[in-house]
Amino acid sequence: MTTLTEAAEAEHADPAVPRFYRVVSRREDTYDTVTMELAAQADPLPLFAPGQFSMLTAFGIGEVPISLSGLGSSGGDGGGPAALRLQHTVRAVGAVTRSLCAVRPGQLIGVRGPFGTGWDLASAIGHDLLIIAGGIGLAPLRPVLLAALEDRSRYGRLVLLVGARSPADLLYPDELEAWRERGVEVAVTVDRPGEGWQGNVGVVTSLLEPAAPGANQTTAFICGPEIMMRYAAQALIALEVPTQRIQVSLERTMRCGAGWCGHCQLGPLLLCRDGPVVTYDRASELMRIREL
Amino acid sequence: MTAQMQTRVAAHPFLAALAPPQRELLAEDAWPVLFAAGERVFAEGAAAERFWLIETGSVALDIWVPGRGQQTVETLSAGTVLGWSWLYPPHRWHFGAQARDDVEAIAFDAAAVRRRCEADPAFGYAILRCFTPVIIERLQATRLRMLDLYASPDEAADTDARRAESPQSEGTR
Ligand SMILES: Cc1cc2nc3c(=O)[nH]c(=O)nc-3n(C[C@H](O)[C@H](O)[C@H](O)COP(=O)(O)OP(=O)(O)OC[C@H]3O[C@@H](n4cnc5c(N)ncnc54)[C@H](O)[C@@H]3O)c2cc1C
Repeated sequence: MTTLTEAAEAEHADPAVPRFYRVVSRREDTYDTVTMELAAQADPLPLFAPGQFSMLTAFGIGEVPISLSGLGSSGGDGGGPAALRLQHTVRAVGAVTRSLCAVRPGQLIGVRGPFGTGWDLASAIGHDLLIIAGGIGLAPLRPVLLAALEDRSRYGRLVLLVGARSPADLLYPDELEAWRERGVEVAVTVDRPGEGWQGNVGVVTSLLEPAAPGANQTTAFICGPEIMMRYAAQALIALEVPTQRIQVSLERTMRCGAGWCGHCQLGPLLLCRDGPVVTYDRASELMRIREL
Repeated sequence: MTAQMQTRVAAHPFLAALAPPQRELLAEDAWPVLFAAGERVFAEGAAAERFWLIETGSVALDIWVPGRGQQTVETLSAGTVLGWSWLYPPHRWHFGAQARDDVEAIAFDAAAVRRRCEADPAFGYAILRCFTPVIIERLQATRLRMLDLYASPDEAADTDARRAESPQSEGTR
């Protein structure tokens, strides 16, 4: 006979059952994007790796996949094997993300995870690490940059290239400055400069030439709109960076997060399980497949 | 001076595809220039009599938009070329250019280079093979920016709807 405690434990081990996390802080990054820090209420989820994602539930509205954008103050480094705190950066584009962006400190949300593959930072050891982010794509790359900074001596140059729609859309501007001070070569470009912008204007690949990574010693992580990732990967290939050293984060509609439902199938991959982070030698053909 | 200029011309990545003798010819029409931060390199509509290889610093391409003032359309960094309106008539700048920081560059006499191209088609073809990839790259970059990839779905739908309504809207080719 199953005891009540066993039943509760089984339920908590079930990746389909959300756990309660409380919103402990909320920061408005831009007019449509919010970063929230969540604290586990009871059983924390297992520790997340940079690049993995949660399924976040706005109760009564719905559930969406959102990447880890940071491990909170007591969450990752030395905090044990559990995700006591999680940071997520959410852009309001529809019903669920709008509701998540409207959360207030103290509110509860549901979290499942960690799901999917993370950035393979170990493969970058001894190399220059080139991170290329477009728009909200900087959020899933933030934890991997922080992890590389924690272990700075294991990597060559750390280069971060960021493309945004406009200066007002730029994520984490204060952190960009702090990363620069910590030795990251940060370059930013926008599509629409508007009044007062003194920085670069143009596509993110235009930053590549001046950044000129040494091709055979570069590992690149790219996240952003799919077409932007394709162009960035092609530009890197033109600079002779090998395709298996380029990792991209692919997005498709996701439901279960655990490879059961098939909503996120892309060719032979179930992206919630076999992705979202995939090396470009596997991704390049798949990125040509249109969504149903 | 010429030897020094030849070394600088040979070191610039934009001309990597030229054969050494072709680079030497080109260096004869070249001289070094410096632009201070904020200095105008050329003005929109003026005669396009030069082009430049940017060695250090960066330059903003801009255009005057009535009601909105001077708008930067693109920034160009070290390692690339500034100016191709000199290649084809009417030899006038379509945009303006301003140094964003102190710029070191190599300037070329456009008319002299054009004359060389016309006199020596192999040289002319080699020059075009340096310029066309950059022109294609900038065209593709412009197309990507037109797609407004970072827009939220609502904003992108608004832009598409406005484009569809516009009588001047063009096809996608
Ligand atoms: C693995 C993964 C990680 C993600 N990480 C983040 C993240 O860290 N931060 C974040 O803000 N978003 C992230 N997303 C995207 C996020 O999941 C979607 O924006 C969300 O599902 C939209 O749900 P909604 O109910 O708010 O809007 P919906 O009503 O479902 O959609 C509103 C509009 O947004 C469009 N849309 C939906 N999903 C996407 C998408 N993935 N990309 C572009 N447009 C989309 C729809 O076509 C529709 O036009 C991630 C997606 C995946 C698959």
